[in-house]
This record gives sequence, structure tokens and C-alpha cells, in this order.
Amino acid sequence: MTMNESRNPEGPRIGLFATCLVDLFRPSVGFSAVKLLEEAGCRVEVPMAQTCCGQPAYNSGDRADARDLARQVITVFEGFDYVVAPSGSCAAMLKVHYPELFEGDAVWKKRAEAFAEKVFELVSFLVDIRKLERVSARLDGSVTYHDSCSGLRELGIAAQPRALLGSVEGLALKEMKDSDVCCGFGGTFCVKYSDISNAIVSKKMANIDASGADLLLAGDMGCLMNMAGKLKREGSSVAVRHVAEVLAGMTEQPPIAGTTPKGGR
Amino acid sequence: MQITTPAFRENSVRALNDPQLQKALGNVEKGFVAKRAAAKAALPEFEALRDQARAIKTHTLAHLDLYLEAYEAKVKTAGGHVHWAESAEEARRIILDICRKAKARTVTKGKSMITEEINLNDYLAENGIEPVETDLGEYIIQLRQEHPSHIIAPAIHLNKEQVEEDFRRVHTHLPETRDLSEPVALLSEARAVLRERYFAADVGITGANFLIAETGSSVIVTNEGNGDLTQTLGKVHVVVASIEKVVPTLEDCAGILRLLARSATGQDMSVYTTFSTGPRRAEDPDGPGEYHVVLIDNGRTAMLGSEFEEMLRCIRCGACMNHCPVYHAVGGHAYGSVYPGPMGAVLTPSLNGIRIAGHLPNASTFCGRCESVCPMKIPLPKMMRHWREREFEKHLAPAASRYGLGIWAFFARRPTLYRLASRLGIRLLALLGGEKRRLSRLPLAGGWTDHRDLPAPEGESFVAAFNRSRGA
Repeated sequence: MTMNESRNPEGPRIGLFATCLVDLFRPSVGFSAVKLLEEAGCRVEVPMAQTCCGQPAYNSGDRADARDLARQVITVFEGFDYVVAPSGSCAAMLKVHYPELFEGDAVWKKRAEAFAEKVFELVSFLVDIRKLERVSARLDGSVTYHDSCSGLRELGIAAQPRALLGSVEGLALKEMKDSDVCCGFGGTFCVKYSDISNAIVSKKMANIDASGADLLLAGDMGCLMNMAGKLKREGSSVAVRHVAEVLAGMTEQPPIAGTTPKGGR
Repeated sequence: MQITTPAFRENSVRALNDPQLQKALGNVEKGFVAKRAAAKAALPEFEALRDQARAIKTHTLAHLDLYLEAYEAKVKTAGGHVHWAESAEEARRIILDICRKAKARTVTKGKSMITEEINLNDYLAENGIEPVETDLGEYIIQLRQEHPSHIIAPAIHLNKEQVEEDFRRVHTHLPETRDLSEPVALLSEARAVLRERYFAADVGITGANFLIAETGSSVIVTNEGNGDLTQTLGKVHVVVASIEKVVPTLEDCAGILRLLARSATGQDMSVYTTFSTGPRRAEDPDGPGEYHVVLIDNGRTAMLGSEFEEMLRCIRCGACMNHCPVYHAVGGHAYGSVYPGPMGAVLTPSLNGIRIAGHLPNASTFCGRCESVCPMKIPLPKMMRHWREREFEKHLAPAASRYGLGIWAFFARRPTLYRLASRLGIRLLALLGGEKRRLSRLPLAGGWTDHRDLPAPEGESFVAAFNRSRGA
């Protein structure tokens, strides 16, 4: 019996799909997710055989590689009670797009649909499935929340993170203008059309700065890296974190892309 | 128009560096978005209407041949003529023939994207017939020899100062003292000039927002009334429409009309909604002596039954581009196609081929805002992805990105190898990031680091670290 199983012997068994960006760039988000899930009474496992959800291939028109990766993810994760990802975009890939990938393949389509039923984005899973109403975290400061596109429009995530953030002691939420407008990341879009992406993230940055918040939060590492990279390049003093870090009260790690001393780059 | 989609990248850089254009584009974001949201909020059944509208169009497309034939029969009964054109070229020839029979020297035109699609104005001019655009926006861009940058607001890329300059250049009768600084002054000036043109025109050409099979009527919506003058004052009225404009009944049309203006400009209805059925009857006080409808395919039937069929539900409201962050950034001309924005990104490859239009379905973040506001619930991002798939299958995607994707996929399919390789990568990047925890330059990553820093990894894999910590 592993340590987490001993913690919640009766709880549902969760396969945490960390997502490649959390796995490689921001382990703190993974540990925050584990803490939140365990506090919500779940048993958490993180299978070693996970890499990526396949979105780069899928959105580049490469269905064959996308299907290979989908089969890999489904095989590794379908035995869990739930599959949870700290990302709206990757969760939507697993939940919404995997079944679409197997149009015309009756066996895998059925498997993908059954798998999709179990998949959730982290924060919406905590609120909608685990009925979590509050977290035991504290953060003294003001935050603004960016609604990442896939989570918002494919999975309907908007109220859940705000509800839980509302329970963080000391935290003041300052909504930015157009929080539901894209940050310009768009996966490979941001390098393929970097000038357009830059124009979009520049507008986002202006709205973030104008909100007056000290800290920017969102639920997707891709968007966060894009916005943090832009904010830091332009010398903004706004810090950037994944929403799970704040909800878990795990903010010991420096913010994404570090801090910027006032006035410096 | 000359299609310049292969130069989309260059076009967009030029657009981003054009301060006049950037100022004008601010109006798209500020104006349309809030107005549509308010109109939607004021109509509780808005979402239900979207579902109904989608069902109407889906049904019609499934029986398109039947409804088009029924429509044709009704037009004939009303004394009108129906012409079928498979291609743009055929459509142009038919229209020119009608104009020549009417001995037309000038034709007035209501705003119509399909006549842009078939390049009608240039063709008529080459054949000695002067086309006169009567929609204010269209009139302005005709003076400037430009093409629409937006499907419902063709001159949205301009500021009023630019329009004043054009009017002073072309309307040489204007005294210098005449104040044209306000939009309303520009409007009355255009109106005065155009009034003469309506009476002089021999033929009036309009598009159609809907064709109604039940009655044989064509429907246009305008805010200036120019369409009504165009179609009633000429001796001949020519309706130019693509085949997917047909709906079964008046009631179907009324249902979709409730969505159209709300989605487009946030109005409950546009100022004029005009139904035309056949030529002037004996008892009518006015109206055209002849009524022609030119029904154009130009690639539509090839879309039927394909993964792009749903695009044929489009009612050309422009909501997708009004809500598109890419359109907001670069404007419509950068697309280099007749139809810009998300609907253009799906339709243009169908009309002009993916080889030429490849950039358009790629230049999207897939943010999905277009689909979320589309009154006809067209899955625009999904169809852009289908175009990327066609491109990938035909090996048209740039070599560098195919190569990069191939390497990535090789590792992603092999978890053990992936762990090894990525461990080295993130350690190196973490080291390079140093205390600042970010990189401002990285070889081969210019696409990212030209404009933003790259946040450095923490240095360790979460998956590996978690399992180590749990002793797994």
C-alpha cells in the first residue's frame, strides 16, 4: 500500500495526467494538484508512462500521430476511476477530441468515449465532482484570473476557479477586462505567427497591468508561460502562477519566469 | 480581386505596423462585441433560436436540390427569370448578357459579397459598363479601389479623416469650406452624389441574404435603404446569390432574421429588410420591369457531403471576425482573400484551394470564440483543423514544422526514451535560466523569444519526482 492509499483508503482512484508542460516546466503545479486531490479525499497516482496528450500533432493536422498518442494515454489511464489534468486544454483534448479522433474506428471510439467520461480538468473536478466549496489556503494580495480558451469554451470552466479563489484567506480577486479573450498562445500558433501572437499577448498584458493585481493566475501552463514571458520581457512587476499553486497554498516556489525587481528587466 | 493569401505573413506584419489601421480596428473590438452581447442578453430565447436556425439550414442542405427547384418554379410563376451558374466565370457572363440586353451603361449595386467573390465589378468595367456601389462603405472603398476588409462593414479599416480625404479627391465639386469632419456630413455628401446615380442606372444588382422556396422571394437587409433604391429604380433587377442562401419558408427566414442583425451589429433588426418577388406587376406603382436571379454554385456542391458542409449554414453576419483576436490584430485585408476572419479561413480554401489558402486555417489560436458566437453554430475551429489535415496529408505544411513535429512525436510515443531526453533538456534550460528563471534568447526558438522571455523549467520532471517521493 502506498502512502496516498493509506491516506484515503476509500476515496476514488485518480490517474493524474500531469501534462507535458507541468511535468517538464512546473512540477510545483503537479504537487499542488496532488495535494488538492488528496485533501478532497482522493487517492492519486501519477503513471510513469505518460508523455503528452497529442495536441501538437492533432492541431497540426497529423491525425496518425495524434491517434497513436491517444491510444497510449487511454491504455495507461483507462483503469482509473477518474483522470484529472491541471489544464483545460489537455483535459479537453482527452475528453472532447479523443472520441472525435476515432471516427470510423468502432472499437477505439467506444474506448475513447468511455475514457472521456472519466476525464476532468483539476479545478472543475474539485468543485463539480468532489463538491469542494472551499480550500484551506492563504494568500495576502490581489490576483486576477485569465480564462484559458479551451477550459472556458470546451469545458465550461469559469465559475469553479473563482469560487475556490473566493475561499482563499487574504486574497482579493481583481477581474481584468476581457479575461475571456485569448492570450495569443494557441500552441504552435505562437511560434508560427509570432508577430500576431505578440500583438494579442500585448493587449492581454495591458489588461493584466490595468487590473492592478499583483498576481496573474490561470489554469493552463501554455497560456501562463506565454503571458509570463511577455510580462517579464516588458518589465511588468505582476507575478504569474498556476491557479492550483494558490489553491493548494503551495507558493514557496518562485513564480513562473521568476520575479522582476521594480523598474528592471 | 487578386488573392494574396500566400503572403498572409507579410500582409499581417504590414498591418501590425500600420497605426491608422490599428486605430480603426479598435472600433471592431469596442463596437460590435458589446452590442452583440447586449442584444443577446435582451432576448431570452436567443440560444433556442440558434438551435432552430441550425436545424433549418441543416435540413435545407440535406434537400438542397428540392428547395432550389421549388424556389425556381416560384420565381418563374412571379414572372422572374432564374439562371444557373456553375462557376464564377459563367455567372459573370450571364450578368453581362442581362446588362447588355438592357443596353446598360451604368449599374448600381447593393452590398454583396458574392459579387466580390466572382469579381463582377472589374469584369463589368472591362466590358464598358460602370458599376456603382451604393452602400456607403462599399462606395468609399470603390473610390479607393480597395476590397471589403469585413463582410458587413467593408470600410471598417478606415478612419473618417481618410474618408474625408478621398471625398475631397474625387468629389471635385466640393468647396474647400464645406465641413466634412463628421460622419453624418460624409453620409449626406455620398447620398447626394449617389441619388443621381440611382436615376441614371439601367440595371440594379443586389445580393440576397435569403431566398425563400415557398414564395420565390429574395431578401436583403440593409441599414441605409440603398438596396431598395438599387432594386426598384433600375429597369432591371438582378439578384446574385449562391445556392446555399435558400430556406424553405417565410417563417424559416423570419426565425433566422431574428439572429442575423443581433449577431452582426447588435440591432434587433436591420433598418431595412426587403422582400422582392418578381418584376413589377401591372398594379404596382413602381419596381423593375425585369427580375433575374443568378444562382451560383462556384464550389458549393463540392462542399456538400464533405467535412466542410456545415460551412454552408453561414449567414454572413460577421460575428466570427468581430470576436476573433487574429482579425482584431491584423484586420481583413491581411487575409488576402474575399472572405476574411474565421469564416474566411474555412471558406477560402474551399473556393481557392488549400495550396493557395493554407495560411488562413493555420493562423488561428483555436480559441473557439468564433464558434461560441456563431448564430448558426458552425464548428469553425474544427473545420480549420480539417484543412490542416488536408494540408498535412498533401505534404504542404512547411518542412521545418513537419520535421519538428516528427521528432517530437518519435519521443512522445516512447515514454522511457522521452524521460531520458527530456531530463537532459530541462536541466540544461534550468541552468541557462539561472537566477532570473527565464531565458531571453534561445537558438531555434526565435519564434518565441523574439517577443517574450521563455520561463525556465524548475529543473526536474514532476512525474519522476512524484514517483520517487512516493517510493514507487
